Amino acid sequence: MPDQTTPPEAQPQKVSALELAGRQRDISISEFFLKNRHLLGFDTPEKALVTAVKEAVDNAVDACEDAGILPEIKVELRRRGRIFTVAVEDNGPGILEEQIGRIFGKLLYGSKFHKLAQSRGQQGMGIAAAGMYGQLTTGKPLHILSRVEGEPLATDLYVAIDTQKNRPDVHRKKHLEWGHPQGTRVEIVLEGSLQGGRHSVGAYLRQTAIANPHITIHYQDPDGHTRDFFRSIHSLPPRPREIKPHPHGIELGRLIQMLNNTDSRTLMQFLVNDFSSVGRKTAARIIKAAGQRVSERSYPTHIAHTQAIALHRAIEKTPVLSPRTDCVVPIGEPQLLKGLQSEVAADFYTATTRPAGSYRGNPFQIEVAIAYGQAGEARVDVAEGGRMNEVRPEPVPAGEDLLGLKDEPAHLLRFANRVPLLYQQSGCAITRAAIQTNWRAYGLHQPKGALPIGPMAILVHLASVWVPYTSEAKEAIEPTPEIVKEIVLGLQHCGRELAQYLRRKARLRREYERRVYIETYLPHIGGALQDILALSDEERDNAMQRLDSALHESRQKQGGGHDGNA
Amino acid sequence: MTETLEDMEPGDLDVRTLELIETLARQIRDRIEKGELPEIRLPVRSLSNVTYDAAEGYFGLGAARKTRTLTVNTAKSFAQTLRMMATSYGMVEKDDFATKREAYYISKNWGDCRFDEQAESDAIMDDIEALASIHGLSREQLRFYPEAHGGSVAGRLTVIDRNAGTGEEIEIDCTRLGSGAYSIPHSVEQLSFRTDARFILAIETGGMFQRLNKHRFWESADCIIVEMGGVPTRATRRFIRRLSDQQDLPVYCFVDCDPYGFTNIYRTLKVGSGNAAHINRFFCVPRARFLGVTPQDITDFGLDDATHPLSKGDVKRARDALHNDPFIRQHPQWVAAIEQLVGMGVRAEQQALAKWGLNYVIEEYLPEKLSNPDAFLP
Repeated sequence: MPDQTTPPEAQPQKVSALELAGRQRDISISEFFLKNRHLLGFDTPEKALVTAVKEAVDNAVDACEDAGILPEIKVELRRRGRIFTVAVEDNGPGILEEQIGRIFGKLLYGSKFHKLAQSRGQQGMGIAAAGMYGQLTTGKPLHILSRVEGEPLATDLYVAIDTQKNRPDVHRKKHLEWGHPQGTRVEIVLEGSLQGGRHSVGAYLRQTAIANPHITIHYQDPDGHTRDFFRSIHSLPPRPREIKPHPHGIELGRLIQMLNNTDSRTLMQFLVNDFSSVGRKTAARIIKAAGQRVSERSYPTHIAHTQAIALHRAIEKTPVLSPRTDCVVPIGEPQLLKGLQSEVAADFYTATTRPAGSYRGNPFQIEVAIAYGQAGEARVDVAEGGRMNEVRPEPVPAGEDLLGLKDEPAHLLRFANRVPLLYQQSGCAITRAAIQTNWRAYGLHQPKGALPIGPMAILVHLASVWVPYTSEAKEAIEPTPEIVKEIVLGLQHCGRELAQYLRRKARLRREYERRVYIETYLPHIGGALQDILALSDEERDNAMQRLDSALHESRQKQGGGHDGNA
Repeated sequence: MTETLEDMEPGDLDVRTLELIETLARQIRDRIEKGELPEIRLPVRSLSNVTYDAAEGYFGLGAARKTRTLTVNTAKSFAQTLRMMATSYGMVEKDDFATKREAYYISKNWGDCRFDEQAESDAIMDDIEALASIHGLSREQLRFYPEAHGGSVAGRLTVIDRNAGTGEEIEIDCTRLGSGAYSIPHSVEQLSFRTDARFILAIETGGMFQRLNKHRFWESADCIIVEMGGVPTRATRRFIRRLSDQQDLPVYCFVDCDPYGFTNIYRTLKVGSGNAAHINRFFCVPRARFLGVTPQDITDFGLDDATHPLSKGDVKRARDALHNDPFIRQHPQWVAAIEQLVGMGVRAEQQALAKWGLNYVIEEYLPEKLSNPDAFLP
């Protein structure tokens, strides 16, 4: 996206470009970063601010969870003109002093890239990229404060990034008292711009709270307003397990790479040890299907390219157990519902967790939830005894709600490994699946090739050991057929539940309108009876009270009772 | 129903009307007090529930009843029915009445319950009327009066009415009205009669009535003449019925010789109509006989060249009567007469007799016909 909104004097990339022109032989990581800042999510000041918060929060939450601590995250924004300070503080285990520099000052350094396990970050790129962006736009290094449990003092230091050598440059290190027993605080000074609405820092944190009901977040915006998102679940989600790749969907190149790197001494061993869901029987079948050129005893590193192709084909053809699902940790239906309910005021919620599927050998799992019914819209409630009342709740201020308006497209809340995806909606597998789903079958309007219309939020979560993002900015999920299909199935499940609710709601509305209609005429019946039978006002009112009750009771008999709001 | 209007004094009828409405209201209230949804049982007024009672000689309502339970679909008409009944109750108490049009306007004070069209109030009224009719009470008893007034009466009759204010009796001698005539009121239940006439002559057109009245035909023929003015109104039919019943007088009908005269004017007078079956028992005149003009009269009185060809509508009406009208099919004479008319392909009006001179009808036609009443069509 070309940056047309930024005034010329505030374009730091021009300055850097001039510097680089003078040192043409130094192709550094910072040059890579500058050229590819859009890939990392820093293409506009608005986006840069949200991305910096996102990277810091992702890191903080991952750190807490890895240590088995219920995350308590504090996010503060301060601003001076166009310069923002993003401060993110967690109650995690803290970082060993000697690690701090490398974690925050070196791109592509991390614990996550080399293992196949579900986590928020995945390349070890994010937080350092945010730091580098800050450094490039303001010249300010990252400011880190961290205390490991049991240490008497916290470590306070600044990390600059040596952009030529991709190396941290730690300075102003000191030890000081900190009021927290453990945790880390990261401050990034960067040039940014504060945006409201669906792409705001607040919206990002709110969506994070929805998908992570076990997290508490305290947010303070630059104007000093605070907003707290308290946890509704008081236990940590299960730890994702690290796994080996599943044979189905693995690419040929990756297979060859694995053959070359394995410690196994036979093909049989290789298949059993280096893949998940493959036992000796399955391995034997694969080797047999691969034909004459390979055998159980073939030495993996000696397998030639053509043999590898045959092996690859054999793997694709041979039925293999589905990938183990315990390596993927879904949010869970009840947790998802709780998260939605505490952040989105709606009349109806439904959630489903699909069975795990696999994509290029990586297990993944889809979760879908729907919240429907603009709070603030009148609805009919049924009380004990069949009495119906029309409820008109206080309207929610516009823009505050994650639900769409009645005549607007549904709001899509996209998550990958519990991280909200705010940008690149149109290119995302989730959007594609939501558009492919035939919502008309569930009683909603849906323009051709678009999201359904209605006061609803559609939440889709993809949990996977390796999320196929469309770019390093992790803004959208690659729409592969396997993933889109699973999402559609999840959407259909929730759609059916929604349709049931909508039918019931429409029925209640109809009944209510009929009831109101009848009640319009009750006084006339009472008045006529009074005239004919010379009833007292009291007798007349008693009779009408009785009639009113009889009408309500008859509804219960015919209408099959009431079951409250789902 | 053993008791009918005929057995009672007008005051008794009012008591019965009030009782009927009270009973219905009390039934509704009792159901409400028992915690049940109230309902009103009404006779079905559709043609499928109309039967021709050959023995009694009129169209009557069958046994089919519809139950109007208070539900969404019936809430409005249920309330309107009760409102209408309360209105009727109040009018009987205060000895007042409302025309159909007035009843429609009364509802304008009912708020949500009001009628939007008079057709709606008429339908509710017909329902209540049908309900009352199976209890031997007519719409006039409910104090809903038709808009159209009755026809005119002249001849050897004294009508005894009352001054509504004082209750004093008023006697109207229909021989002393000169060239004018007595106009039948909307409701005739309170009237009683004194007469020495031998029969009642019911006449289709005002012109013929004028002629017979001007020449004091009723004096020479010892009769009462009644102008129907086309299809007789309820008041006219009820007047003729009461007069005929009370004074034991035969009724002779003198109308045009065409299918409309036979099946609409004469048949309605005698047996009533299908779409008002609930009231026919009070309004039919079973003693009516058809004097003329008959198809045979066209030949007998040389009117062949004073006729007009039957229109398509006439032929259709005639065939319809032959195939579907239970009254016509009941009487072979009528079948024969209508077939004869269709065969001749012409129709003749009462006035066609003027071909032989203006007063031919008085001097020749009627005396000759009246000399042999047994030859009248049934």
